[in-house]
Amino acid sequence: MKPFRIGCGAGFQGDRIEPAADLANRGALDVLVFECLAERTIALAQKARLDDPDAGYDPLLERRLRATLPGCARHGTKIITNMGAANPGAAAKKARAIVADLGLSLKVAMVTGDDVSDQIADFILDETKQPASALGQRMVSANAYIGISGIVAALEQGADIVICGRASDPALFLAPLVHHFGWAMDDYQKLGRGTLIGHLLECSAQITGGYFADPGVKDVPDLANIGFPLAEVTADGNAVVTKLANTGGIVTPATCTEQLLYEIHDPARYLQPDVVADFSKVTFEAVGKDRVAVRGATGQPPTGQLKVSVAYRDGWQGEGQISYMGSNARARADLARFILDQRLTASDIDERLGHLIGSEEDMRLRYTARCTSAATARSIGEEVESLYLCGPAAGGGVSKSVREIIAIASTLMPSHRVQLRADILGVNHEAA
Amino acid sequence: MKLHELAHGRTGDKGDTSNISIIAYRAEDFDRLLAEISAERVAAYLNQPTSAVSRYVLPQLCAMNFVLKGALKGGVTRSLALDAHGKCLSSVLLEMSLTSDSA
Repeated sequence: MKPFRIGCGAGFQGDRIEPAADLANRGALDVLVFECLAERTIALAQKARLDDPDAGYDPLLERRLRATLPGCARHGTKIITNMGAANPGAAAKKARAIVADLGLSLKVAMVTGDDVSDQIADFILDETKQPASALGQRMVSANAYIGISGIVAALEQGADIVICGRASDPALFLAPLVHHFGWAMDDYQKLGRGTLIGHLLECSAQITGGYFADPGVKDVPDLANIGFPLAEVTADGNAVVTKLANTGGIVTPATCTEQLLYEIHDPARYLQPDVVADFSKVTFEAVGKDRVAVRGATGQPPTGQLKVSVAYRDGWQGEGQISYMGSNARARADLARFILDQRLTASDIDERLGHLIGSEEDMRLRYTARCTSAATARSIGEEVESLYLCGPAAGGGVSKSVREIIAIASTLMPSHRVQLRADILGVNHEAA
Repeated sequence: MKLHELAHGRTGDKGDTSNISIIAYRAEDFDRLLAEISAERVAAYLNQPTSAVSRYVLPQLCAMNFVLKGALKGGVTRSLALDAHGKCLSSVLLEMSLTSDSA
């Protein structure tokens, strides 16, 4: 059986699109995965959905699909993505419209069930030690990190494009491997190996020389034109990680080792919905230019619990910055900070930080605070701006910002409580 | 000699927990790094309580993984730091001086 070719076209919501298009056009891939959800992304998407019922999915979905669908259709490459974020139904409808607009004939599926906001109330949150219901109206979203079953079901129904919301990142890669190779759901060695492939690829260029270059020590050729990764996976679950010819970057045991441990705690117990993966005996071997053989992962049965992320409104952060340059710059910046400490006395400032950035002759004061109310958060930047007329000599270049803080707490939910659905969008399908 | 001369690394974050990998460039340096770069030393260098730092060792990769609980001032959602993810921490740790020059 020839190796299964799976590539990563995005490792976060704002990732570059050109390398994904290159993979779609030249990669002859079986599957292209877009991983676009960080811890808070889905909460921000849920806020967007509250304002507009048709929003709440990845804002770059259309650009990504238009850039990659023609190549994917040419090669029979399936697309799997969590760009559905807080609204997989609306994202799937949009995807179907783009498919039609491009004159293609592709089946679009959505996977739902990760939204557990209607059954989270009694679960105790790790961070607050209180039930989620105590958050009241402050709760924005609650999503379980789902495993592969919904995505596999969509693939079994013939989906060409699978759109889900919160799934475990490696599951986006593990699912098509299980579907293609027919691995049993109790073959934990294979599930562990597939999870490793997903973990290595899920941050796109972080394994092809991105987030790696340290000039003179760890040099990366042509970083500007960095290519995204793909894995050639064999039926035993081992793989070669590589990238396309004529792209920038490097794939070496060193880039692979950095990515192996990225966001990992105990390497022998990487908790996933379908397996507890064990990366502790993994080896990397260079087997060609930008080709690394990955071996040695395994796994044990899953815990039976899914991680749930609960997002809630947690106040506001206000910030202002101002620059002082030239003679006596540090003393003037210090005086500005002292003035702000005196002027900003609102009782709902929970924590503040004023610090100087730069060199002695080019100082920038950054003053920021976490506040309960938006009004107090706004006053931080306003008082920094007021330093123009009411502060030390020759301050310039003020910037200011306010953002609502969306905090994340987590809990565990028994897997059986989370019911997943995979639906192929029919011609008249009304997405939920 | 700085750790930076013998090793590289990467930082990741999950909530309020940071993890930092330290990977020897050359296999022959790994035993020395293993002896010198203990969890206690990393905790002290990064101003963290000793009990909050764990070390995992992957000898076949000449790699160590340090896990620092509660190191991110509440994590990316709450921290007021410019680098709220703590992504710069690996490079900060690589500035650590190695104590012995016996290698």
